[in-house]
Amino acid sequence: MNRYVVVMASAMLLLLLGTTGFKSSNSLPRQTITADTSKWPSTFSFGKVATEQQIDSVAIAILPNGTGLPPGLGTPKEGNVIYITKCASCHGANGKAAAGEKLPAPELASDSISKIKTIGNYWPYATTIFDYVRRAMPYNAPGSLTNNEVYSITAYLLSANNIIKPDMVINAHNLYKINMPARKLFIPDDRRGGPEVR
Amino acid sequence: MDEPIEKPGEEPVKNKISRRFLLGGAATTAIVLLQSSLTKWVQTAGAQTLIKNGDPTKITGAGPSTVGKRSLFEKPVRLTSDTSSRTPLQDLYGTITPSDLHYERHHAGVPVIDPDKYELLIHGMVGKPMVFKLSDLKRFPSVTRTCFLECSGNFRTSKETMTPQEICGLTSQSEWTGVMLSTLFREVGVEPKATWFLAEGSDAALLTRSIPVKKGWDDAMIVYAQNGEAIRPEQGYPARLLLPGWEGNTNVKWIRRVELSDQPFMTREETSKYTYPVKDKIRQFSFEMDARSIITYPAYPNQLERGWVEIRGIAWSGRGKIIKVEVSTDAGKSWNATNLQEPVLDKAHTYFRHLWQWRGDETEILSRAIDETNYIQPTLRQLIEARGISASGYHMNPITAWQIKRDGKVLFKPESFK
Repeated sequence: MNRYVVVMASAMLLLLLGTTGFKSSNSLPRQTITADTSKWPSTFSFGKVATEQQIDSVAIAILPNGTGLPPGLGTPKEGNVIYITKCASCHGANGKAAAGEKLPAPELASDSISKIKTIGNYWPYATTIFDYVRRAMPYNAPGSLTNNEVYSITAYLLSANNIIKPDMVINAHNLYKINMPARKLFIPDDRRGGPEVR
Repeated sequence: MDEPIEKPGEEPVKNKISRRFLLGGAATTAIVLLQSSLTKWVQTAGAQTLIKNGDPTKITGAGPSTVGKRSLFEKPVRLTSDTSSRTPLQDLYGTITPSDLHYERHHAGVPVIDPDKYELLIHGMVGKPMVFKLSDLKRFPSVTRTCFLECSGNFRTSKETMTPQEICGLTSQSEWTGVMLSTLFREVGVEPKATWFLAEGSDAALLTRSIPVKKGWDDAMIVYAQNGEAIRPEQGYPARLLLPGWEGNTNVKWIRRVELSDQPFMTREETSKYTYPVKDKIRQFSFEMDARSIITYPAYPNQLERGWVEIRGIAWSGRGKIIKVEVSTDAGKSWNATNLQEPVLDKAHTYFRHLWQWRGDETEILSRAIDETNYIQPTLRQLIEARGISASGYHMNPITAWQIKRDGKVLFKPESFK
C-alpha cells in the first residue's frame, strides 16, 4: 500500500514537472537520442583495421575531378557496338525512343530542344556516367563490364549527345575535363525552413 | 526538363485499379458475403453446427503459435509498382507503421545478405580505416529512435478516386535501433578536413549518395533493428544508414561502405535524379523533407454519415517537431487547431485529431502542418509560384483537400499541376 502511494506520488510529480516544464518554456522537450560520452574510452576496439587490399576491392567511387578513374580507354565507335548488344533493348536505339515507343528505361540522348532529362541536357558531370554504368549497368548483369567497355559506352553516350566528337578517345586523363552543358544550371539547396516557401 | 508528376521516385501509378487492390477488395467482399449468407442460413435453417461456428463463445479457439498473424478479417496491403510499394496510410492507427507495410523503393531489387558475412568499411579521410562486422556494430553503445522516412518523390495527383496511400504512401515510421554514426566516426578518427562522406549500399545498384559530414556527427545512425526486431530485408537488412528527416534515398540501405572525402562524389542519384528545376536552375542536395500532413480519415473511399466525425491524420517535418496542425472544414476559409497526440517527437509522424459535426452540406476538408521553424505547409499553387512551372514532383508537400459530397462520398480533390 505504502509502496503504491509512493509510486503514484512520484508519477504525479513527474507528470506535474513535465507539464509545467512544457508550459514555462518555449523550447519543446527533446527526444533524447545520444548518450553521455564523457565516460567512454578513447576507443572501444571493436572491429578491425582495414587492409589496403580490403579497401581496394570495393572502393570504386569516382570524384568529379577524376580521382578514382581506372586505367583504360574507350571510343564512341566501340561503345556503339556494345550499346547495341547490351543497352539498346532498354534505352532505345541511339539512346532514344522511336516514335510511339515506350521504353522500360530512360532515354539517354536528346536533341538540345528536347524536354526529356538526358545526359546531354541534365547530367552535370561526365565522370558520373562512368561511375554509374560501372556499378549498376547493364541492369540484368551489373558489374559485368570491363573498364574499357565502360569507357567506350561513356564515350558513345557523350558522342550521341553531341558533347564529344565521334572519334575522341576517352580515358582517365580527359574524361573529367569534358564540359557538360547542364553543369552551370546546378545550385545547392536554398530551402531553410521558416515561413518562406521555396 | 518537363517531367510528368508521375515520374520521380518510381514508376507512375496508372489510372486504374491495380490487381493487388482488386484482390484485397475481393477478399473483403468474400468475407462480407460469407457472414451475411451465414446469418441468413442460421435464421432460416437454425443449424446447430453453424451457430457454433458463428459464435466464438461456443467453440474452443486455436492454441498458441510460434509467429502471430493478423486477424483473418484484416487485409492491409502495400500498393506495388515495379520499383516501389506504398504504405496503406488509411488503414493504420497511431504512428508506427507495421514493418511488413513499410513503404519500399528499390533501385535494383532487394539483396539477400548473410549477416555473418556482412561488413561495413569506413575509410578515406580517417586516421584509421576500419571494418566492422554486424556483431561489432551491435557491441557499440546503442540508441533507439522513432522517426519517419519519406521518398522525396512522394506526391501524386490525377483523379478523384485516390486514397491517401496513392497520394503519399511513400512515407512510413518505425522505431529504429543501432549505433550513432558519430560513435563510429570517433572510432576511426574522421579528419577535420573531411566535409562529405559517401554512403554505398550492397544492392545490385551499389547505390551511392554523398552526405555532409555534419549530418554524420549530428544525428545519423547505422541501424540494424526496426520495431523491436532485426531490420526487414526491404528496409536494408542487416544494416542501413538512417538520416532522420532527410529524403528517403539518402538513407542508404544494405550499407557496406562509408568513404570520407573533402567534396561530394556527384553520383547519379544526386545529379540526374533527386534534383529538380527551380525557375531556370536545378536544385541539388535537397535533403530535408519539409513539413506535410494528410487527413487519413475521412478520405477516399470512406462513406460519411451525418453527425460527429473525428477527423484524423498524420503530420511530419524533417526539420524538427510539428508544433501545430490546423484543419479546415469549410474549404480553407477558416482553420481550427487540432489535438496532437503526445509524445510529439522530432522528425516523426505526429497524429492529429479534430472533432467535427457534419450536417450533410457539401464542403472540402483540408489539413496543414506547421513545424518548429514556423514553416507552414504550402498549397500546390504556392509551391509552383516559388519554383516555376517546370517544377517536378520531387519535394512536393502541398496541402491535400478532400471533397465531401452531399451523399457522404469522400473524394480527393485533384489539382492541375501544369
